[in-house]
Amino acid sequence: MKDEKNNSGDPHWLVRPQTIRRLWFIFAAVLAATVVAGLFVSLPGHFKWDGEFWFFAAYGFATCAVMVFGAKALGFILKRPDNYYDD
Amino acid sequence: MTVEQVPPGLILIVSALLLPFLRGWWRAALILLAPLVALWLVWQIPDGATLKTAFMGMEMIVVKGDRLSRLFGTIFCIMAFAGGLFALRQARTIELTAALFYAGSAIGVAFAGDLITVFVFWELMALGSTIVIWSAGTEASRRAGLRYVMIHLLGGVLLMAGIVDFVAAKNTIAFGVGPIQEVLTVNRPGTWLILAGFLINAGAPPLSAWLPDAYPESSPTGMVFLSAFTTKTAVYVLWRGFQGFDVLIWIGLFMVFYGIIYALLENDMRRILAYSIVNQVGFMVCGIGIGTDLALNGAAAHAFTHIIYKALLLMSAGSVLYMTGKRKCTDLGGLFQSMPLTCICGIVGALAISSFPLTSGFISKSMISQGAADQHLALVWFLLAAASAGVFLHAGIKFPWFVFFQKDSGMRPPDPPWNMRLAMILFAALCIGLGVWPEPLYALLPLQPVTYKPYTGYHVVEMLQLLLFSGLAFFVLLPFMKRTLTISLDVDWFWRRLGAKLAREFTMRSNRARGITGERLQYRLSKALETVFHFHGPKGILARTWDTGTTTLVIVGLLAVYLVIYFL
Repeated sequence: MKDEKNNSGDPHWLVRPQTIRRLWFIFAAVLAATVVAGLFVSLPGHFKWDGEFWFFAAYGFATCAVMVFGAKALGFILKRPDNYYDD
Repeated sequence: MTVEQVPPGLILIVSALLLPFLRGWWRAALILLAPLVALWLVWQIPDGATLKTAFMGMEMIVVKGDRLSRLFGTIFCIMAFAGGLFALRQARTIELTAALFYAGSAIGVAFAGDLITVFVFWELMALGSTIVIWSAGTEASRRAGLRYVMIHLLGGVLLMAGIVDFVAAKNTIAFGVGPIQEVLTVNRPGTWLILAGFLINAGAPPLSAWLPDAYPESSPTGMVFLSAFTTKTAVYVLWRGFQGFDVLIWIGLFMVFYGIIYALLENDMRRILAYSIVNQVGFMVCGIGIGTDLALNGAAAHAFTHIIYKALLLMSAGSVLYMTGKRKCTDLGGLFQSMPLTCICGIVGALAISSFPLTSGFISKSMISQGAADQHLALVWFLLAAASAGVFLHAGIKFPWFVFFQKDSGMRPPDPPWNMRLAMILFAALCIGLGVWPEPLYALLPLQPVTYKPYTGYHVVEMLQLLLFSGLAFFVLLPFMKRTLTISLDVDWFWRRLGAKLAREFTMRSNRARGITGERLQYRLSKALETVFHFHGPKGILARTWDTGTTTLVIVGLLAVYLVIYFL
């Protein structure tokens, strides 16, 4: 992320590199906590895989990756300059 | 006439017509009080028909109440109030007039007891919403409004054709869970026509493009109203007429993923939110298709919560547009520094749409996926879970990130005026309030009793894992999601590009053909005139003056010929 300056010239505290580093650490800890929490709740497992404690973490990440790349691939066919319909 | 016979929507329609004549405090009072009076009236309507009239030998039920009608009536009134507050001093009078009229018509549909009444209010809604779009006053909104109204008039025609067939089959216009479902079993074309008419308003394929095309061209305040009524009345009528109709599961899932993919490709912040309307309505349509009590309650609850958080998101986006005049992600960023309230409210809306625990989306959407799980619809359930992650990706993070964070655009606009801030705070509070205390909403749901418990360890962990890891995917894959100055082609290409090209080609060719035929015609005509002139002109043989003797001789000759012929 680029340095952002507020009116006084200092970067806003939220966009300082050390804040962002700290936020990543917190985020990683929260992610780990949600997976660990999976061990302590009873997952009914309606279907085959969804009873595993890590399932939704992996599924959430994987499906999002598929959607991002899927959208990107479709974008090659579907994207047009945003003045396409203007003429 | 008693209180329970007054159509609640009528209050808003009459107020809309009075609005242009009022100024100052009177105007503000009308905009804010009319929805509250309508809300009070909604709760005066008991179960069953209260206002009937005759139409062409059939019984029209203008007002008929039940739990579902009151639920939708309630949220439409709340929406009209908050939208009015948000637009109070910023929108043009014509826009507010149209918006109140539009909201009143939507409430009219929610209390309609027969198909003709549904149809009448359906068309009034198309009229009101088109004027809301046109109120932006730009050339783009004029064109988008025309395309919008064409699609909705087509939907109206399909609906009317379906109603005619329905009446032919059943000899009734009653609209409720029973009659339409009976016709479904007969499999008449009317069923499919009515379904198509309803689905067009829901933003279903193949004509979803009208929604992201038209709504973002409205004014900063206009889209807040537009997001609520048309698609949700469609959900309402589908709930009533087509519950448990299998094909809706797949139509809904298509809408869900269509919304995600197109929103991921989109650069315009309000168009991102427009695609996510299609996405969210997809969840509701899917729930109606599943058709169990839990899924149906979930669809109704989701319509209720969605109206609030989507309006909140659009208020946040509308505030940014109003204060900066910019709507493309490529032009925005870093606004959290100077618009903290707009940013926080936008984030609350984004968390709610992503159904984060403790927000309203969590307590409604989880009912739909639980409905799929209970029916052992494995594929549907897995797709809905993937879609939940996708919602966080395309709207939950993408919208706040690109508008309020990412690169610094250098703009430092302040938060919007007080009425816009107040409306955002109200809806943000409702998003969190409903998430923390779902019981009041559950008590309003149509199918009682509601035994569903959203806050189980399983649901919370499932949702947190799904959402937070999709958040991780967002930031890891951010380099692949660079914003580009592009739009994405949709089915509307056929009429915006191909149709326009064919029309131009046709005009050109027909002009040329007319030119050629015109020349030929002129040539023939002048030749004919020449001939006439040759015989009848001043020197033409038939125009010469004859002397009396010759004339008499010719007449005598003719008479002689006549006599001979007569005697023969």
